[in-house]
Amino acid sequence: MRLTQGQFSFLPDLTEEQIKKQVQYALDHGWPISIEYTDDPHPRNSYWEMHGLPMFDVKDAVAIVGDIMKAIEAHPNSYVKVNAYDARLGRQTTAMSFIVGRPANEPGFRLDRTEWSDRQIKYSVHSYAVEEPVGERYKK
Amino acid sequence: MQNDQATPETETRTPESLDLDAAYRDSQVGDVLAKLDRELVGLAPVKNRIREIAHLLLIDKLRKQVGLASEPPPLHMSFTGRPGTGKTTVAMRMAEILLKLGYVRKGQLITATRDDLVGQYIGHTAPKTKDVLKRAMGGVLFIDEAYYLYKPENERDYGGEAIEILLQVMENQRADLVVIFAGYKDRMDTFFSSNPGLGSRVANHIDFPDYAQDELVSIADLMLEKLNYTFTPAAEKAFSEYLEMRMTQPQFANARSVRNAIDRARLRQATRLFDRGGTVTPADLKTIDEADIRQSRVFKIGAGTT
Repeated sequence: MRLTQGQFSFLPDLTEEQIKKQVQYALDHGWPISIEYTDDPHPRNSYWEMHGLPMFDVKDAVAIVGDIMKAIEAHPNSYVKVNAYDARLGRQTTAMSFIVGRPANEPGFRLDRTEWSDRQIKYSVHSYAVEEPVGERYKK
Repeated sequence: MQNDQATPETETRTPESLDLDAAYRDSQVGDVLAKLDRELVGLAPVKNRIREIAHLLLIDKLRKQVGLASEPPPLHMSFTGRPGTGKTTVAMRMAEILLKLGYVRKGQLITATRDDLVGQYIGHTAPKTKDVLKRAMGGVLFIDEAYYLYKPENERDYGGEAIEILLQVMENQRADLVVIFAGYKDRMDTFFSSNPGLGSRVANHIDFPDYAQDELVSIADLMLEKLNYTFTPAAEKAFSEYLEMRMTQPQFANARSVRNAIDRARLRQATRLFDRGGTVTPADLKTIDEADIRQSRVFKIGAGTT
């Protein structure tokens, strides 16, 4: 099951050239880029690992795309995403975020239902990948 | 891939007749060169070289449009000259010219010295250098006093590592970034001869001559005009004498020394006006008097030694 989080996730994977254009768009707006990765893609997991520090003061996308490609290469069994942060007062949030690298095989999620008092049902999302310990996920 | 930003109107023309003047006008390089002429006094050889380079780049662009493929011209440069001869200013204009002709995409000028590039312990240099290179991508990297990168007397120095990385990027990403090395002439020559890989990749060597005294006076006039001050005729004469003495003293930094002298004169003018008290006219506020110049330490030293 294909993970759909962030921008462009219903589109085919972006090519290097397309990533470059998106990154340039962010840089032209003055949004610094950071790269993150994780092997626990639960929708509520907002704490991904940082791949290097956020890149400030960069003007040209070429400088960043090289790092993005290296990050994808370095984490073949993880999801890799690119964030652009808008630091302007009043916004101060992630302006763009899209997945650029994903594992070859994505087992997906299962919906767990728990019976509660008064026949209430509590739902939770269970990632099959997380059944394996950290570092062993997405290897199959 | 990077540089073929052929404008539509030039594409529609027949390859047999390209309008050189129109291309020159479209690129707006003339404006930058005129600005260079206006802002910088003297420096005729430098301006000539910059003009030559601009012409080469423009012709190369036209050649590309008619399908005469050639390697992109080598753009890395070395600016040599004593302090205050306008190296940084010219580098800024160079970045503008390269941007207008489409040889760099963003045209920012990143200034770096040894401190920005070389780390203090093993493994610290590469990330530092790469970070600076990242910021300079799409623009011009200006390395001031580049010879400090290489310290042959200390074999545990990490400057060599920074040079390695620089070399790699200068060679492989020629379309992404232009590097300008700057510093004193003699030391740059030793630097390049002890790093032949670097020397051979720097195609344009431009030497910045020292300013003559009358050029320095014109620079002072230009600076005053920008700051909205004027010299009285006596002050102008005093300043000329000041420069004559100052030029023979150590640590004379051409235009920078002129700037500092003017700043100090402004300080003395303000004090003079305050000490006098009462009312001041706009003319008083604008005028730098002979006394503001004559109080300088330079005159005392000059009088003492002769």
